[in-house]
Amino acid sequence: MFFSDKHAGMGELADTLAEEAYTEGRSLWRDARRRFMQHRAAVASLVVLALLLLFAAFGQYLSPWDNESIDWASLPNLDEDGVPSLASQHYFGLDPIGRDLYQRTVQGSRISLMVGVLGALTAVVIGTLYGAISGYVGGRTDAIMMRTLEVLSAFPFMFLVIVLMAVFGRNVLLIFIAIGAVSWLNMARIVRGQTLSLKRKEFIEAAMATGVHPFLIVLRHVVPNVLGVVIVYATLLVPEMILFESFISFLGLGVSEPYTSWGALISEGADAMWTAPWTLIFPMLMLVLTLFCFNFLGDGLRDALDPKDR
Amino acid sequence: MFSFIIRRVLVAVPTVLALITVSFVLMHAAPGGPFTNERNVPEAVMENIEAKYNLDKPLWQQYFIYVGNVAQGDLGPSFRYKDFTVNELIESSFPRSAYIGAWSFLFVVVFGVGLGVIAALKQNRWPDYTVMTAAMTGVVFPNFVMAPLLVLLFAVTLRWLPAGGWEGGQVEYIVLPIIAMATSYIAQVARITRSSMIETLRSPFIRTARAKGIPRHKIVLRHALKPALIPVVSYLGPAFVGIITGSVIIDQVFSTGGIGQHFVNGAINRDYSLILGVTILVGMLTILFNAVVDILYTWLDPRVRY
Amino acid sequence: MTTTSLPENAIRETLPVDAGVCRCIPAIVIFLMLMALAGCSETEQVSAGDEALASADIDAPQTRLSEHPVTGEELARKQVLVRGNASEPASLDPHLVQDTVGSAIVVDLFEGLSRSGPNGDTEPAMAKSWSSSDNNLTWTFHLREDGRWSDGTAVTAHDFVYGWRRAVDPKVGSNYAYYIESAGVENAGDIISGEKAPETLGVRALDEFTFEVSLAEPITYLPDMTVHYTMFPAPRQAIEAHGSDWTKPGNMVSNGAFQLDSWHLGEKLVAARNPHYREDDKTIIDRVVYLPIESSSAELQRYASGELHMTSTVPVSQMARLKRERPDELVMAPSIATYMYAFNVHRPPFDDVRVRRALTYAIDRNVIVSYITRGEQMPAFTLTPAYVSGFDFRQPEYATWSQTRRDEEARKALKEAGYDEDNPLEFELLYNTDESHKALAIVVSQMWKEKLGARVTISNLEWKTFLSEKQAGNYGMARFGWKGDYNEASTFLTLLTSDSGNNDGGWSNREYDQLLLDARSSQDPNRYYVLAEEILWKEFPVAPVYFNTTVALVSPTLKGYPENNPRNIIYSKDMYVTAD
Repeated sequence: MFFSDKHAGMGELADTLAEEAYTEGRSLWRDARRRFMQHRAAVASLVVLALLLLFAAFGQYLSPWDNESIDWASLPNLDEDGVPSLASQHYFGLDPIGRDLYQRTVQGSRISLMVGVLGALTAVVIGTLYGAISGYVGGRTDAIMMRTLEVLSAFPFMFLVIVLMAVFGRNVLLIFIAIGAVSWLNMARIVRGQTLSLKRKEFIEAAMATGVHPFLIVLRHVVPNVLGVVIVYATLLVPEMILFESFISFLGLGVSEPYTSWGALISEGADAMWTAPWTLIFPMLMLVLTLFCFNFLGDGLRDALDPKDR
Repeated sequence: MFSFIIRRVLVAVPTVLALITVSFVLMHAAPGGPFTNERNVPEAVMENIEAKYNLDKPLWQQYFIYVGNVAQGDLGPSFRYKDFTVNELIESSFPRSAYIGAWSFLFVVVFGVGLGVIAALKQNRWPDYTVMTAAMTGVVFPNFVMAPLLVLLFAVTLRWLPAGGWEGGQVEYIVLPIIAMATSYIAQVARITRSSMIETLRSPFIRTARAKGIPRHKIVLRHALKPALIPVVSYLGPAFVGIITGSVIIDQVFSTGGIGQHFVNGAINRDYSLILGVTILVGMLTILFNAVVDILYTWLDPRVRY
Repeated sequence: MTTTSLPENAIRETLPVDAGVCRCIPAIVIFLMLMALAGCSETEQVSAGDEALASADIDAPQTRLSEHPVTGEELARKQVLVRGNASEPASLDPHLVQDTVGSAIVVDLFEGLSRSGPNGDTEPAMAKSWSSSDNNLTWTFHLREDGRWSDGTAVTAHDFVYGWRRAVDPKVGSNYAYYIESAGVENAGDIISGEKAPETLGVRALDEFTFEVSLAEPITYLPDMTVHYTMFPAPRQAIEAHGSDWTKPGNMVSNGAFQLDSWHLGEKLVAARNPHYREDDKTIIDRVVYLPIESSSAELQRYASGELHMTSTVPVSQMARLKRERPDELVMAPSIATYMYAFNVHRPPFDDVRVRRALTYAIDRNVIVSYITRGEQMPAFTLTPAYVSGFDFRQPEYATWSQTRRDEEARKALKEAGYDEDNPLEFELLYNTDESHKALAIVVSQMWKEKLGARVTISNLEWKTFLSEKQAGNYGMARFGWKGDYNEASTFLTLLTSDSGNNDGGWSNREYDQLLLDARSSQDPNRYYVLAEEILWKEFPVAPVYFNTTVALVSPTLKGYPENNPRNIIYSKDMYVTAD
C-alpha cells in the first residue's frame, strides 16, 4: 500500500484515489515480486537466510553435545583437544572453558538474529516515520522533534540500561527495549534529511496543492521515496545491533550464561584469538554471512520497490 | 543564515538543560553510588565522604548546585579520580580523541565517499563487488576485534609500530588507532554513498542531462554528487560527534588517554560529575553538528527551507 | 505520480547552477573546523611531545653504575622500569588511595614506618626500631634521622602525626579511616564520627624523631599494620601550600625512593628518582613508568611487543599457552587473598547448614585451579590463607578426603535437607561482569548441576549494581573475594563477625564473635584463631574455593621482582634492569 502510488502515478500527476490504488495493487505487488526474483543475489540470500533460520531452530539436533555441559575430558588440554573436529563431534571446537562451540553458536543465533531483525525493524518503522514527519511538517514541530532527538542521542545510554535492569529485574525481553531505544535515532535523522529535500519536489507540491491530507502525503509519497536509503541503512544496523547486544549483556542486561549470543561469542573469541582462533572465526563467519544476506536482500528489495526505477 | 544561527544558539540552552535534567535523574536512579565499594566502610566514614561531595544534600539541591556551577563553566570535581576536576579530565583527554577523530573523519569522508562513488559508477562490475565485499567485511569487524588484531599484526608480530601509548600524538602512535576507528565508518559511508549515488544516477534529471550529451564525469561531479550526498551528510553528522569523542575500546587497547574511556568507566564507577561533564560535551557537539548538517543541506539542495 | 513528469526547467532548478564562491563556504567551514581541531591538539602535541621526548631521552641521567654493586650483573644503560598497572588510581594521596593500582604507585612515592620484606615479613623502614610498653597499649617508633622529603626537608615524627590525623579527619574523607580505628588507636572512632577533634587522636611526637601511638586495645601486630599506606606520613608543607592540588606533578612532595614526574591520565604516569631519598645511592632504577592498561589482553600484547617489563596480571585464557611458551617469565606469587562464594544465611535454601555444606563439598577445587584459573592457586577449605604470617594453619577433615567421597557426603547432606530428583535444589548465583568470575561461576554451577542435580541460575551484574545488591543482602549466593589489608589472620577472620560491615550474608555466631574479641587483646591470638576457624568448618557461612596468587609476566632482564611476597607489594627500588 505504501508503494502503490508510484505505479498509479506513472501517467498522471494527480494523486489517485485509495480504491484505485487498491485495484491496481495486485499487479504492482506481482511486478515488484518479478523484479525481486530477477535479482539473483537477493534470491540466493533469501535461501541462505532461510537456512540460517533452520540452523537456529534445529541445528542443535545435529550434534550430541549441548550448549552448557563442559567436556571435562578435554578440559585439561583445551589447546589440542578443543580444536574443531568431526571426530570428537565438536564441529566448531570448544570454548575457553570446554563447552561445545557449535551448540553455543546455534543457540546464540536465535538471540542474535532476533536482536538484529528487531533492531532494524524498530529503526525502519519508528525512525522513518519520525524523520519523515519532522522533515515534512517542518517549522516548530521539526525544531522540537530534532532537539528531542539531540537530547536522546547525547544522553548516557548506559544508565538507561542499568536503571531498566534495577527496576524490572533481569529480564531478557528488556534487551529489545534497550536496543529499540537507540537503533532508530540515526535513521530518523537520515530520513528527515531526505524528506527536507523531497518536500520541495514538484510531485509533493502537486499533492499538497490538490489537498491530500499531510499524513497521507508522508505515507504515500515521502516514505516510498526514501525507502532506498532506509533499506540500506537498516541492513547496516543488523550487525551493529547484534554486536551492540554484547555490550548490553556486559552490563548485566540481556542474555546471561549459559545462554549466549554471537556478540558475546565474538567478544570472548577476541580475547582468546591467540590460542583458540576458532572461537573467534566461527561466530564471526555467521555474522558475515548474515550481513551479506541482508545486504543483498536489501538491494533486491530496493530494486523491486524503487518508485523511480521503471 | 544569521538569524538561523542565532535561533540555534538560543534553543541550545534549554536543550542542554533538558539533557542535564534527564541524565541527572536517571543517573541517581541507578543502584550504587560513586563511593559504593567492595569493602563496606563504616557509616560515619561514608557520611564524611558524602558530605565532602555534597551528596548528603537533597537531590534537588544537588541539582541546582550543579547547574549553577555548570553555568559558570565549572563541571565539578571527579568522584573517581579524586586528584582531578572534570574540567581537567576533559581538557587532557578530549584533544587526544579529537586529534585521532579528526584524522579518522578525514579518511572516512575521502575513502568512504570515494569508494562509494566508484562502486556506484561501476555498478555490478568487479570494482563494485570488490569495494562492497571489503565494506561489508569492514562493517562486521567491530573495533574490539579490529584493534587487537592490528596490534597483533603490526606491533607484536611485525614490530613496525608500538602497541600502545600516545607520546604527544606522534605518527607511529596514532596510525593504528586511526585505522581501528575509521574502518567500520568507512565501510558504512561507502555503502550509503553507493546506494544513494545509484539512485540519483537513475533519476530523471540525470537521464535528461545525459541525453543532452553532458560528459559523464561532469554529470557525476556537478549534478549527481551533491543530491546523492544528502543521506551521507545526515549519517556523518552524528557519526562525526561519535568519532571525535573517541571510543572506549580504542582508549583501552591503545592507552591513548582519550575521552572515550570516560563514557564507560564514568558510568560503571558512578562518577556522576564526570558522566554529566562528558554528556554535556557530547550534547553541545551534537547540537553544533546538527546545525552544520542543516546548513549543509541548503548547500547540497538549495531548495531546502526550514 | 513520479518525477518523470517534471518539466525540464524544474529539473534544471534542482541542478546546481554555476559554481560560485558561496557554494564553497560549507566546504571551507568543514576544512577550517578540521584544521582547528587538528591545530588545538597540535599545540597539545607540542607540549606533550616535549614531555615524551624527555621521557624517551631518559638515558640522559645516565646510570652511574655499569654493573650491579652486589651481584655484579651487567646493568642496562637505561634504567627505566615500565610497569603495567591495570587502571588509573583513584588518587595518589596516601590517605585517599583505596585500590591496589594506587597503592602500587604510592609505595614507590612514599615510605612508612615499616615495609614489607621480600617474603612478606615486616621490616623497619622510616622507623629504625620500635618498642611497646604498657602491655602493648603504647607503641614507640624511633625514626631514622636521615629521612628527607623530595623538597629536601627532614621527615619528622610530626609528619607522621599529621598523616595519621589526616587519615581519620572527616574533612579528608578517607575510605580507609576505619583502618586506624581497627588498629585500636585511641579516639579514632570518635574522630571519624565527628565527636572529637582530629587533634585528640592517640598519636604524638615525643621529639623530632620519636613517634608514639597510644592504643585503646593492646594490638600486638601494630608494626605489621604500619606497612599500609594509610599509616604513611604526609607532607604538611605541600598540602597546605596547594590544597587538593598537592598530588599534581610539580606540587607533590614525597619521601619515598621516587617522586612524581608527570601524569597523563589514561596513558602513563612517570615517577623519577628522588635525589633526597635516604638510600638514593642504593636505588638503581632512574624512572618508573606506570601504564594504566585496563584490558589484560592489551597489556599482554604490549608486553609481547617488548614495551613492558612486567604486567599486572595475565588473562586466564592465555595461561596454558604462556606456561608452554614463556615458562621462565611467568611468575605466580602466593597472595593473601581468598576466593569464595558467600551464602545469604537468611534466605532459603541457604538457611539450612546442610545445603551450605553440600555445596561447599561438591566444588572440585582441583579441577578449578588446574584447568580454569591455572595460576598455581591453592585449593582452599578455610577462610584464612595458608600463607598468612604466623598463622597456625590447619585444615578441616574433608580437605583430606577424595573428591568422590566429598561428592557422596554432599549428596547425603542434601538428601537429609530434603532435596532429591523430585525436589531439586534451586538457587541463583550472582557475580560481577568479569571474564574470570564468569568462567568460575559457569564451572562451579555445572559441578553442582551434574553432581547434586541442583538447578542453578547464574547472573552477572555490572559492578555497582552487584555491590548494592550484595550489600543490601538481596541475593542467595554471591561471588566474594577478600585480600588481606595486613599480614595477620584477623584481617580475614573479622570479616564474619556479627558487627562486621562486610558480613552481608548475615551469618552470626556469638561464640565466634567472642573468640575474636578475646584474640584482640591476647598475646597469643593464634589459639583463638584456630578455634574460630573450627566454627567456620561446621557452619559454612562461605564456601572457600582457592587462595589466590598474583600472576604476572616479568621480563628476563628485570631483576629483583618479589616472587614470594604474599602481600604482593612490589617496590620499584628493589628492582633493576640488566643488559640483555
